[in-house]
Amino acid sequence: MLNHVAELGQLGLDVLRKYGRAGILLYRAVFRVPNIRKGFPLVVQQIYAEGVLSLLIIVVSALFIGMVVALQGYHTLSKFGAAQQLGPLVALSVARELGPVVTALLFAGRAGSALAAEIGLMKATDQLSSMEMMAVDPLQRVIAPRFWGGFISMPLLAIIFNIVAIYGAYLVGVKWLGMDAGAFWSNMQSAVDFRLDILNGIYKSVVFGVVVTWIALYQGYDAVPTSAGIANATTRTVVYSSLAVLGLDFVLTAMMIGGW
Amino acid sequence: MVFMNNLVEINKLAFQRNSRAIFKDVDIFIPQGKVTAIMGPSGTGKTTLLRLIGGQLIPAKGSIKVAGQEVPKLSRHALYNLRKRMGMLFQTGGLFTHLTVFENVAFPLREHTKLSNSMIRSLVLMKLEMVGLRGARNLMPSELSGGMGRRVALARAIALDPELIMYDEPFSGQDPISMGVLVKLIRTLNDALGLTTVIVSHDVQETLSISDYAYVISDGGIIGKGTADSINNNQSPQLQQFLQGLPDGPVPFHYPGNSLERDLMSENMHA
Repeated sequence: MLNHVAELGQLGLDVLRKYGRAGILLYRAVFRVPNIRKGFPLVVQQIYAEGVLSLLIIVVSALFIGMVVALQGYHTLSKFGAAQQLGPLVALSVARELGPVVTALLFAGRAGSALAAEIGLMKATDQLSSMEMMAVDPLQRVIAPRFWGGFISMPLLAIIFNIVAIYGAYLVGVKWLGMDAGAFWSNMQSAVDFRLDILNGIYKSVVFGVVVTWIALYQGYDAVPTSAGIANATTRTVVYSSLAVLGLDFVLTAMMIGGW
Repeated sequence: MVFMNNLVEINKLAFQRNSRAIFKDVDIFIPQGKVTAIMGPSGTGKTTLLRLIGGQLIPAKGSIKVAGQEVPKLSRHALYNLRKRMGMLFQTGGLFTHLTVFENVAFPLREHTKLSNSMIRSLVLMKLEMVGLRGARNLMPSELSGGMGRRVALARAIALDPELIMYDEPFSGQDPISMGVLVKLIRTLNDALGLTTVIVSHDVQETLSISDYAYVISDGGIIGKGTADSINNNQSPQLQQFLQGLPDGPVPFHYPGNSLERDLMSENMHA
């Protein structure tokens, strides 16, 4: 009995220790920024690796999600004779929820897993250790640029997602189902508030960007340096980031809903 | 110790991982300008020792001095300055897989110096020439054989002209030709560049053939030290088992457990 209590305590300590290590990692990644001359190209490289390379999956998903929402929305709204409200329906659901959340989930699957695997592999093949022994801080040289790359990429990806999804809805609503284009856009314009809807969605994606990148970097940096360890780290990155994104989305929505 | 001038001095070192003691009360001195070998069976903490010298791990007790500086007590800044004077060759090489051979060797120069590109190019080509891989400078690490990879890592480790260079199992998994190349290279580089060399290895004869002094560690302590001849002639059973590769001896062949009779006669199949 006492053993079980001790095991539980140990488990708790291990979990807390992990949170502590993750916190230190984030702190160092944020504050140990390399100087601009060396750091800037590294961050640009990471924006390419994490942002630009995620574009394809983001754009394609956004297009289809926009089209599906429009199709479903039109079908339901027309039962109440409110099909003209399709524009606001799509724009609000995409800008407030789908844009930031789906982008973050896709980002976790595409860029987060790649980050965790890359860093885990660098650790397993002693690249991080040899960097340390060459008096180059891996947190500064490897972790920090990847963190800032994710931080910058995510909101940009979310904005692109929003645009493409709304365009997808336009294609279905106006071009296919024959809604009036003027009604579609003007109803959307009058219903969507820039600060409350668009900006709040982007704030969400900034938070998700920090969290997903942080989880991926920590999982990679803390991975057991074996092939099984890296596989685990990659899986955990996607699972934990997805859970964190969905949980945080609820919290953030609850905080923002007062204005809506 | 016969040499007066030690670059690395380790006194009363104790280190443990989880609850297992890796070192208990170990003294090791690395004389300047010489090749010193640290040998011992797998899992005795040879690599750990190099990481302790490089300041990547902190000892539980004892002192580790490199060039007169107490490594575990250094600030991050001072430690990084000290590391610029050390080179380390990891067992896996630790080459950056996304950079070419040339860029790998240029990496420490680009990070730590403000040299012009043409100067860096000359330096990198000179280092690659020393390890015989000048012609391979545009290859990616994935295109290199294991031995070549280690030679590139060696060129990178000496890029900043360190005073101390540490090799972690440089010979393991090498074919006889690349082993011969590495053995010769380690000795030549030490003498030509005036380095101090530490080799951690369990390839006994190759290592002893080029080292001036050797330590053999096992079970957290030193079981033998001296020149190659004095180590070979030491009659301690522990040392002889290791040197001659005897399957049974002070290090038993059988993993500890119940006696065979007891296990065979046991009724419980899952015990």
